[in-house]
Amino acid sequence: MADGINVTKVFDLKGLACPMPVVKVSKGIKEVQVGEVIEAHTTDPGALTDFPAWANTSGNKIVKTDQDGDVIKFYIERVV
Amino acid sequence: MNNTAENLKETPAAESSTELTMEAVEKQLATLQSRIDVLDKKATEPKVSMIVFSGDLDKVLASFVIATGSVAMGMECVMFFTFWGTPVLRDKKKSVGGKDMMGKMFGTMLPKGTGDVKLSKMNMGGMGTTMMKSLMKKKNVASLEEMLALAEELGVKIYVCEMSMDLMGFKREEMIQYDGLEFCGVAKFLAEAHNSRIQLFI
Repeated sequence: MADGINVTKVFDLKGLACPMPVVKVSKGIKEVQVGEVIEAHTTDPGALTDFPAWANTSGNKIVKTDQDGDVIKFYIERVV
Repeated sequence: MNNTAENLKETPAAESSTELTMEAVEKQLATLQSRIDVLDKKATEPKVSMIVFSGDLDKVLASFVIATGSVAMGMECVMFFTFWGTPVLRDKKKSVGGKDMMGKMFGTMLPKGTGDVKLSKMNMGGMGTTMMKSLMKKKNVASLEEMLALAEELGVKIYVCEMSMDLMGFKREEMIQYDGLEFCGVAKFLAEAHNSRIQLFI
């Protein structure tokens, strides 16, 4: 729970390099229902551009992005 | 249709030409529909068709990063291994007999599977490749073996060029076990590439 976002599942993708974060998150989003939100933690700086690109193409929605030191946290809502 | 006709009749100016217009509109609609059908057949799919021509560690790795990434993006992916890319798909543990002299020579000189491939630059007699592999491990970059397994799990299709196999004397029995691996010719690639939004030659 962060800022009223109801997170269904959290994925720890820290330390993983390209293309793993995007591969894992694309699998992970299918583990929740449409409308639910997953939280993904990554240390890959490329994810800052990769995740929005993935969301745009796959039709899902990044609700919020947080940066805490090296760790980037994405809150992604399953739309499709 | 009825609704539109009634709406049109409400405006007095349009009344006289209503019948004619409806007929013309229907005709135009039919023409448009047939044109849409033609375009639908021509439309590309969200698919990546890749030719893996190189047999270098760096280039094959890049190919697999794009392949697995494209499935993550919700696209389909087909990889065509040809020429120097072909030996990457040989199984290290399998060996087959009955090859002619040239076949044996190619078999010995070319890499046998993902573990054998070298960097295209800075190989330095194998030292560079070894260093790169340990660096990849340290930086948590997936190895070629892991990428191949991931591609299989994600349903990336692999086609192997039959002509390259024949040229280099490779036999089907010495290739890796991979779900979705098939042997084909150029027509199969072109048919796939024709329907793909993205085509790459690596």
